[in-house]
Amino acid sequence: MTNEEIKNKISNLYPSVTFDETSQWLQTYIESVSFLPFAEFLQNDRELNFDYLFCLTCVDWKTHLTMVYHFTSTFSRHILVVKSQLNRENPVIHTVSHIWRTAEFHEREVFDLFGVKFTNHPDLRRLLLTDDWNGYPLRKDYQDPVNMIKL
Amino acid sequence: MSEEKNKPEPFPGEVHPTSGGGILVSRIDDVISWARANSLWPLVFGTSCCAIEMMSTASAKYDWSRFGFEVARATPRQSDVIIIAGTIVNKMAPVLKRLYDQMPEPKYVIAMGACATSGGPFFYNTYSVVKGADHIIPVDVYIAGCPPRPEALLHALITLQKKIKEGGKRKKIIIDRFWKPENKDL
Repeated sequence: MTNEEIKNKISNLYPSVTFDETSQWLQTYIESVSFLPFAEFLQNDRELNFDYLFCLTCVDWKTHLTMVYHFTSTFSRHILVVKSQLNRENPVIHTVSHIWRTAEFHEREVFDLFGVKFTNHPDLRRLLLTDDWNGYPLRKDYQDPVNMIKL
Repeated sequence: MSEEKNKPEPFPGEVHPTSGGGILVSRIDDVISWARANSLWPLVFGTSCCAIEMMSTASAKYDWSRFGFEVARATPRQSDVIIIAGTIVNKMAPVLKRLYDQMPEPKYVIAMGACATSGGPFFYNTYSVVKGADHIIPVDVYIAGCPPRPEALLHALITLQKKIKEGGKRKKIIIDRFWKPENKDL
């Protein structure tokens, strides 16, 4: 599918979704509350058929956090980037690990380094850091005088 | 063997000529150091891009087996020298310490590159990197560079050999000049 076709398809069902085509891939912005049905729609739709989540990450914009999901279809090879803004004080979003299994570890990593809570995640434990770690090292306001970290 | 100086270079000791040959006088400590220095077996240990240069040093073009390093061992129980080729993160630190503890005496350590020497590019603003491998284990020779060229690693290995041959008492190495062979005949 071309970007225009993807845009039309999504706009019909989710009129509140906004698009951005200024970068390499088509980007969509969606509210975090309606993210789960949107993600299920992306995977289940016969034409969109986004069966592969090839990147899941988070960005700290100091005022808010943004979850970034990169989807592609292994059949038609189209790519879609989905972004969702989260509250910095209490970042919560529904997990997609039951849709794309690879998200399980990626969400654990984001939980570990950014502190995003993924509701209904099967096993939301730390992945990289030690169990007694305080703070979220990839957040911009993370400070550690011992390791000389001050961004 | 050079007859004039009565010194069987590079073997330690002096030759006293007699009719029909000669008598070699040496010290057993020097002979042991000489043997040790010329058969240093490195541990197969690399944590990042410096390991690529180390592999290059081991392979045909630079070929560290010319100096007795060819038998890279995959177990610390059989190795003499550990080349810390790459970044040491906090999670790797206990592993490195254990590998060092498992090596039999005498054992030597080379810190290769900026990360192993001081943390290098990860000195500031990194939550996971050890700022120098010498926080974990004692280091004999440091190499500058990011990563160092194979020539620099060879220089470090030869420096370590000199240190061993001199009974581990080599003076602090001056690093603000390029290496020149001390013996011009080499």
